[in-house]
Amino acid sequence: MSDFVDGFWSLYVAGLTLVSIVACALLLTMQHKKRPAGEAVGTTGHEWDEDLAEYNHPLPRWWIWLFWITIVFSLVYLVLYPGLGTFKGVLGWSSIGQYETEQKSADATYGPLFRKYADMDIEAIAGDPKGKLMGERMFLTYCSQCHGSDARGSRGFPNLADGDWLWGGEPKTILTSILEGRNGLMPPMGAVVGGPDGVKEVANYVLSLSQSDHDPRLAETGKAKFAVCAACHGPEAKGNPALGAPNLTDKTWLHGGSLAAISETIDKGRAGLMPAHKDFLGPERSRIIAAYVWGLTAPPAATK
Amino acid sequence: MGEAQYNYKVVRQFAVMTVIWGIVGMLVGVVIAAQLAWPALNFDIPWLSYGRLRPLHTNAVIFAFGGSALFAASYYCVQRTSHVRLFGGRLAAFTFWGWQLVIVLAAITLPMGFTSAKEYAELEWPIDILIAVVWVSYAIVFFGTIATRKVKHIYVANWFFGAYILTIAILHIVNSAAVPVGLFKSYSAYAGVQDAMVQWWYGHNAVGFFLTAGFLGMMYYFIPKQAGRPVYSYRLSIVHFWALIFTYMWAGPHHLHYTALPDWAQSIGMVFSLILLAPSWGGMINGIMTLSGAWHKLRTDPILKFLIVSLSFYGMSTFEGPMMSIKTVNALSHYTDWTVGHVHSGALGWVAMISIGSIYYLLPRLFGRSEMHSVKAITLHFWITTIGIVLYIASMWIAGVMQGLMWRAVNEDGTLTYTFVESVKATYPYYVIRLAGGVLVLSGMVLMAWNMFRTIAAGKAVEGDIPPVAEGSGLEAPAHA
Repeated sequence: MSDFVDGFWSLYVAGLTLVSIVACALLLTMQHKKRPAGEAVGTTGHEWDEDLAEYNHPLPRWWIWLFWITIVFSLVYLVLYPGLGTFKGVLGWSSIGQYETEQKSADATYGPLFRKYADMDIEAIAGDPKGKLMGERMFLTYCSQCHGSDARGSRGFPNLADGDWLWGGEPKTILTSILEGRNGLMPPMGAVVGGPDGVKEVANYVLSLSQSDHDPRLAETGKAKFAVCAACHGPEAKGNPALGAPNLTDKTWLHGGSLAAISETIDKGRAGLMPAHKDFLGPERSRIIAAYVWGLTAPPAATK
Repeated sequence: MGEAQYNYKVVRQFAVMTVIWGIVGMLVGVVIAAQLAWPALNFDIPWLSYGRLRPLHTNAVIFAFGGSALFAASYYCVQRTSHVRLFGGRLAAFTFWGWQLVIVLAAITLPMGFTSAKEYAELEWPIDILIAVVWVSYAIVFFGTIATRKVKHIYVANWFFGAYILTIAILHIVNSAAVPVGLFKSYSAYAGVQDAMVQWWYGHNAVGFFLTAGFLGMMYYFIPKQAGRPVYSYRLSIVHFWALIFTYMWAGPHHLHYTALPDWAQSIGMVFSLILLAPSWGGMINGIMTLSGAWHKLRTDPILKFLIVSLSFYGMSTFEGPMMSIKTVNALSHYTDWTVGHVHSGALGWVAMISIGSIYYLLPRLFGRSEMHSVKAITLHFWITTIGIVLYIASMWIAGVMQGLMWRAVNEDGTLTYTFVESVKATYPYYVIRLAGGVLVLSGMVLMAWNMFRTIAAGKAVEGDIPPVAEGSGLEAPAHA
């Protein structure tokens, strides 16, 4: 459907709007003049279905007034605010204008509170009770949807409170994760490792790395095929924070640690996306959140 | 069953199905209300999940329960006030079976997850086509009866039924326009904000013409009949009828305040919603004042209780609606459970109660009885329903205002005071109270079904005699409108 860009449509819709309002006013004027003075109200004389009839009482006065008030209010509103086609209204109000005004006034009020932390070390913010509180509030508003209110994540969403980091747990690295986002991509490897059997073997080998329950015979065959995985996860399978490749020798599993889950990960791959918050939250807020997240697992002495 | 008798068969079929679908639709409502309090109740079964059952609930109560009630009432009213047998006997029967087929298809496809994702218009395109065919047949039956009437003037109830039938045909066809990509999947013919606007133009007019005009037609027939009094004011009915027609069409944008919809459209949606207050109340005044001189009947007649209290709920929700359409109020109320409470004060208080009252009026007449099997059970039904509705809407008011205030609360540093999940947690007790209200309303419907089947068992299907064209019918008299 195309947009109605021709100037005619503005007049058309404004005209229809006014006609509809004026029609109500006309209807009201036409019908409320006839007010029998003091005489008994009779029926219209029409009759249906044995006993259905209609009185012809005049319109209640209070109701007429109510109607007029809404009509007059509407006409005044349409003069003051945008409503009649492209006419902007004499107050010059717009919803985007209201949004910008509110943003500006919020920035004037709250801006200084956040700017205070702009140049502070992330470690120092984590040690500042007020900064920590602000970080926690923002975490609950912006981060908890995926990472959970307790930051412990859920399947596919990393746990931020276990000290085990995919992309590195240095304060600056955490800030980078928030500002720029992360794209954790595990390609589908099913065909590369040799179909369903290969997947099963590699999965058993992966399980053996963390001393989890596995089939040693399959794991032995899988070990040789793991070479292609080592490109990202490393020859010792300890992972690579530069790529966000997880350590496979511990018992932390982002997408599940069962044989079935690991097989699915190998076969179909995984795509994890942490969105970039640079434009949405800006550097100052992101910094305070980074401090909160880092502070969740940082040793108490480290916070200055 | 000749031309000298009214067609009661189709009325009877729709009247009985009204009660059955009422129980089904409200039962699904109770299930999803329970799921909101205890989410584990979906048992991890996809077709029992909230997202699939919610559209089933809305479709079942609006189109199956409300729709059957409207078919029954309009078919009964139009022939009796036209003094002629219902037009198109087979076509009328087709509208019954066609409509039931639509409902059954909805009850199968929605839990399976087939949806066009348009609120109150979720059914996929093949069912949409069937709806259109049934609806056009409905229009032919209704207007055919009007055209062959044996009285000069068209009774006011029929203006409202006529407006509802015409408008729903247009709304359904325009909003459901879609490009099919398979038997079970289609994409809307409109894109972006235009799609949203068409959707809410449909959505709000479904409220305005299906849930309002149609049931006002019901009100204009059954209240004067049950009260045995003439309608209060012919003049008022003219003004509020035409004012509703002029204004309802414009009110849809109030569902899209503070969205990508252009400001001018939002403003128009708001002002017309405000203008709607008086025309809506016109209907309430006309119905309630019809009782003047017969107020004492309210004390003893439970059917009249249903009909009149439904008008009180109508007046209340048509006051609340315009208030909620004001942008500043909407900024608080939108997306909260206040909206859900508002909808149910209209849907349960107005639509369900006027339908229940009307069906109680119809059943004995359709089955050759002087009254329902148990009049006491009607009184009990009335009180359970009223208490249930009050619990429902009061809990949703509190929950909604609380949610709105929690979502906008900020700390001294501008961060949000509450996370979303805290507002969900705080709503928990109100969800439980709402569930209790829903259970009461549902039990009332079960009681009604018992009463209905006892009445049917004691009676037998009858047809009504059409009176001869008589003096004073207006047919041979000069116009004196």
